[in-house]
Amino acid sequence: MAAPTAYPSPAPFAPTPLQRALLDRFQRELPLVPAPFAAMAEAVGASEAEVIEALAQLQAAGVLARVGVTLAPNRAGASTLAAMAVPADRLEAVAALVSSYPEVNHNYEREHRFNLWFVVTAPSRARVEAVLAAIEARTGLAVLDLPLDRPFKLDLGFPLRWR
Amino acid sequence: MLDPLDRRILVASQDGLPLAVEPFAELARRLGIPQAELLERLRRLRERGAIRRIAAVPNHYRLGFLANAMTVWDVDDREVSRLGREVGALPFVSHCYRRPRRLPHWPYDLFAMVHGRSRAETEAFRARIVEVLGPACRGGDVLYSRRILKKTGLRLAPEPPERAEEGPCSA
Repeated sequence: MAAPTAYPSPAPFAPTPLQRALLDRFQRELPLVPAPFAAMAEAVGASEAEVIEALAQLQAAGVLARVGVTLAPNRAGASTLAAMAVPADRLEAVAALVSSYPEVNHNYEREHRFNLWFVVTAPSRARVEAVLAAIEARTGLAVLDLPLDRPFKLDLGFPLRWR
Repeated sequence: MLDPLDRRILVASQDGLPLAVEPFAELARRLGIPQAELLERLRRLRERGAIRRIAAVPNHYRLGFLANAMTVWDVDDREVSRLGREVGALPFVSHCYRRPRRLPHWPYDLFAMVHGRSRAETEAFRARIVEVLGPACRGGDVLYSRRILKKTGLRLAPEPPERAEEGPCSA
């Protein structure tokens, strides 16, 4: 597991105009063609080599989470959003315990009485419930189980509002 | 359902595409299938919703979106479907979901993730959501992210889960 990303972090990365254009245009969809970077280059008025170099720099700087496939959650089995109200002096230990489960793929500390929020994904609903029950048993703390009822908008990015 | 080749394609592509002139050709070679078949299957998986997107996915935090908040709302059951769609259509909302209330601990049924460059910007976005929800909203709260403790993309195991749970199988 990577070290936790502490907030706040250093100054944000400043992308070049080409990098901005690539993120704006292709954060939702890449061309599914044999030479996608050439197609992207044509769309933004650059060369294929410039596009590949620009993406490689974004990747190296940690600005691109990935160039590729994002799976849809419910197709992979069952998932839920879970929350816990953890006493401050136990937060590090409980957070580490929660993160240690391979079924937990996101775990965030938030500013609230419910200060630990995590997503549990497993092949079946029964396995999701087993993970939540194990976390409750091992911590003695209640877990809120908030499975998705209905999506109104999926995460497909948003306008980046450059300035 | 995913067939075994679909699964192999998802497992092979979930770490990202190689930044090469012909990334799909390289992936197809690794999978031992023709490039045309790989592209066709990726297209179908996306159409069927097994793949949410094939894209250049930014890390918003590194781009200066520092005030990331989960806004939560207690919206009248009769109005939440219509209003959820309206909130989801706001440009600064990246995800919007309905989830169950857990009374008395958790009265909120509508979740909208909002990304601002500053708390002032995020608070202005919240005010806009309040306007959209109107009198059907009985209350709300905001939960700013303080730390990302773990974040890995959704992963698909190399073996189908049914099999993996049954233990080793001699094929």
